[in-house]
Amino acid sequence: MGSYVPNTLDERKAMLNEIGYESIDDLFRHIPEQVKIQGGLDIPEGMSEMEVLKKMKEIAKKNKVFPTIFRGAGAYRHYIPAMVNNVISKENLQTAYTPYQAEISQGILQSIFEYQTMMADLTGMDVSNASVYDGATAAAEAVAMCADRKRKKAFVSATVMPSVLEVIKTYCFGNELEIKVIPEKDGVTDIDYLKEHIDKQVACVLIQHPNYYGSLEDAQTIGEVAHEAGAKYVMSVNPISLGALKTPREYGADVAVGDGQPLGLPIAFGGPYLGFMTCVESMMRKLPGRVVGETEDHNGKKGYVLTLQAREQHIRREKASSNICSNQALCALAVGVYLSCMGNEGVTKAAEQSMSKAHYMAEKLAGAGFKVENKQNFFHEFVTVSDTPSEKVLKALEDEDILGGYPLDDKRILWCCTEMNTKEEIDKAVSILKEV
Amino acid sequence: MELRAELKYSKSHEWIKEDGDVSVIGLTDYAQSELGDLVFINLPEVGDEVTVGEAFADVESVKAVSDVFSPVSGVVTEINEELLDAPESINEAPYDAWFVKVGEVKETEELLDADAYKAFVESEEA
Amino acid sequence: MLIFEKSKTGRKCQNLPECDVPVVTLDAKDKREVKLHLPELSEGELSRHYTELAKKSHGVNDGFYPLGSCTMKYNPRVNEVAAGLEGFTDIHPLQPTETVQGCLEVFKTLESYLCEIAGMKRMTFQPAAGAHGEFTGLLLIKAYHKSHGDEKRKKIIVPDSAHGTNPASAAMAGFSVVSVPSGPDGCVDIEKLKEIAGDDVAGLMLTNPNTVGLFDKNILEITKIIHDCGGLCYYDGANLNAVMGTVRPGDMGFDVIHLNLHKTFSTPHGGGGPGSGPVGCKEFLVPFLPSILVEGEDKLVAVKEKDSIGEMKNFYGNFLVVVRALAYVMTLGKEGIPEASKNAVLNANYMMNKLKDLYTMAYDEVCMHEFVMSLADLKKQTGVSAMDIAKGLLDFEIHPPTMYFPLIVDEALMVEPTETESKETMDEAIAVFRKLYETAGEDAESLHNAPMTTPVTRMDEVGAARHPILRYQFED
Repeated sequence: MGSYVPNTLDERKAMLNEIGYESIDDLFRHIPEQVKIQGGLDIPEGMSEMEVLKKMKEIAKKNKVFPTIFRGAGAYRHYIPAMVNNVISKENLQTAYTPYQAEISQGILQSIFEYQTMMADLTGMDVSNASVYDGATAAAEAVAMCADRKRKKAFVSATVMPSVLEVIKTYCFGNELEIKVIPEKDGVTDIDYLKEHIDKQVACVLIQHPNYYGSLEDAQTIGEVAHEAGAKYVMSVNPISLGALKTPREYGADVAVGDGQPLGLPIAFGGPYLGFMTCVESMMRKLPGRVVGETEDHNGKKGYVLTLQAREQHIRREKASSNICSNQALCALAVGVYLSCMGNEGVTKAAEQSMSKAHYMAEKLAGAGFKVENKQNFFHEFVTVSDTPSEKVLKALEDEDILGGYPLDDKRILWCCTEMNTKEEIDKAVSILKEV
Repeated sequence: MELRAELKYSKSHEWIKEDGDVSVIGLTDYAQSELGDLVFINLPEVGDEVTVGEAFADVESVKAVSDVFSPVSGVVTEINEELLDAPESINEAPYDAWFVKVGEVKETEELLDADAYKAFVESEEA
Repeated sequence: MLIFEKSKTGRKCQNLPECDVPVVTLDAKDKREVKLHLPELSEGELSRHYTELAKKSHGVNDGFYPLGSCTMKYNPRVNEVAAGLEGFTDIHPLQPTETVQGCLEVFKTLESYLCEIAGMKRMTFQPAAGAHGEFTGLLLIKAYHKSHGDEKRKKIIVPDSAHGTNPASAAMAGFSVVSVPSGPDGCVDIEKLKEIAGDDVAGLMLTNPNTVGLFDKNILEITKIIHDCGGLCYYDGANLNAVMGTVRPGDMGFDVIHLNLHKTFSTPHGGGGPGSGPVGCKEFLVPFLPSILVEGEDKLVAVKEKDSIGEMKNFYGNFLVVVRALAYVMTLGKEGIPEASKNAVLNANYMMNKLKDLYTMAYDEVCMHEFVMSLADLKKQTGVSAMDIAKGLLDFEIHPPTMYFPLIVDEALMVEPTETESKETMDEAIAVFRKLYETAGEDAESLHNAPMTTPVTRMDEVGAARHPILRYQFED
């Protein structure tokens, strides 16, 4: 119905006259007729704003919003402070392009510098980039960043989120690095297998901690095995867990990656999220993607710029280590606002509550006949096994507007709790399951 | 443009000093002034093989990255690690800021003396 | 001032209730020992901090933004409202299919519209940005040749005028890059292309209109040359805003494309992301598509192709960006889409014609949605560079055009007004451009020092890169 074109038909005509054309179509006359669309596009006619919004609301209503969610498996519903959406809706920030013109982009550049500082601090690392697409692409980029001429192989644990492994493999179909999967043993990475098979061609070892099943890995030992073979150690972590768990740096990692979604981004059917990448200083120039640095203007005033750009695709072209030429800037802003709102106490609280509630639920479920499979300590996710088919279990919860855990198979379910899940909700879910 | 009579030059703007069995390689004054303020340098590792006409290092300015080509074939025996922390020394003193020393030299491309290199640069400029 | 410098221990916002279950603690071997240094501020101070950052940023809503090849058009507000609906934001990506019928409908509907606009059979929304889309498309090409046992095809042809992303994506997909030169008319040199074409060519990456803003009239011949040698044609959708509704990439002979929803389809750039770079392809490439495809009529289901290249990221793409783009296409519809592109082309030609008596146009002919000026002559005469003019614009609250791109034009400024700018806005900008040209002749020094009125002046980028400071250093 509209195309957001401000110029009236008369104005368009006046503009054409001024530059010596009869009609807009004259401007397209040099395009060969054979490639022009005949008879217009086969899509519906445009609609007014009122109609569009009505239609969008109808579509949104066809989704079911669960007031209670016990499902994580890579997307986590945490509390998002009101400030977050308020800030990312500010038009100066939301409608800006990449801050290449530093003079008029200090706000965005500073927000990214603050984000980099917070992510480096949270993960215990020296430097952070300005973010990449999501946690899976961050992991794939980390594998590529560790490889060099002599080391073209990576070991990835089978206990990472399955789609993260898939993404790493897809990226490696491109860059032709070899991926070896370290099998799982008792729900965690099989360290003996790794020790036996690692060699001097291995660029890095990548694990997820807490792993896909929520379990804590023997992260320290795995790092030692990797380093002994001269490989880098990459840990994929849940950022919320870092309010309580050791940082990747403390476990000995060289690179930390993960999905920033739990830090203030809605689950939103899978995106947009954000991938974070932090590393030790010695790997700084290998870090892909945008990076913001502090500097001074010509009058000596402190300010921020995109820096280390010579690593990037627009300069290095086919020699660039990655083709990424954006970051999830608005999501990084959301993460920065989230972490500032929560502060040290808030993030620690979110981590402790998520973990405590998961343990509470696990105990209650065990009492209801669902055996907890995790042999190690777990963070805010855990796996149960039961003879009742998963489908039946989850259906019973769904009927009561509860999204249960993620079915791993017919008998095993991966549950998740966050600070959003109240004791009352947990008790209710468990009481429903006692009846199934 | 500063030139040094005791050095040899390549058409890809590297200088070479033959020092006994090893060749010391750096970037000419002309090259550094064309590239502008250098901010980073990538060097090979000791033990790496280099080949005539092939890139063995690269230098970065803020907005460009340029390959540095080897005028000789051989094996890297030493790299100038100081450059890694202070790439600006290439701008400040290009003939002191050597990049690598290459030994076991098997082949050397046809090199220019200072006068011939000066003429070459002038013909390129024109 | 950084947020960390405003932080005071003990200040906080109140967000979470106390824990209502017994608190579990970690063993020492897994417990964080290093201190956290997150900011501690009251909510009011925080709110002011971000308002201050917003003030020091410049978005499309702050003024004219003719940034070539980035299509900085107005970001409609209704799109934001739609993307904020709880029925979209609060849906878990792993919910049962019957509870996400709306999300699947969003994908299905937009896919059908965009496939029609692009002339493609199917489309995946998984790629998160244009570059991610390029990588995806190239992996489709790689998988296709591999499925034919044709693994000697290792080359991707890219014009010398291409975005740097094209060669970087090709390299990432394991191809070697062969550059084909542009002729004096800014278009692909057909004879050179014929020389390169051969049985080692996997494909060609092209944008049309190209990066100098011209429609390559030989496009059918170009795509035929590639097809005849057994290669595939990839369309970089960066410049689709010039031709959507008039020309379809599929009809030009392209086999696979990516679109930039954050350019052509009006979703906000967000200061650098999130974007969305859906990839569409012809029928013969569909079996290789990553992620899910939505099938069905009344009851929608998500299916995965059996020869799929795999997954490009977790889940199905930047869904909320896709919602915004759907709201946009619904608003414009079959008439609005070509109307938008036609006015984008009109606006670009209007500005070009009103500037070309002063500024040298790299190619003085009808342009599409953008045009490229070369300031090489001005620089020679006055010493004022493309950078100086760009920085001069900042003092007039105009975002500069894209600078120093494409690489084949010396001292390039690339101007893309987009269709959502009014004649008055462009007239004002034209006047500023003309004034700066005059200033270059009279007072070059003032332009070397521009901008003067912005929160900071030109930054020391050399210092930033030589001695990187990438984070705030805490005292403890």
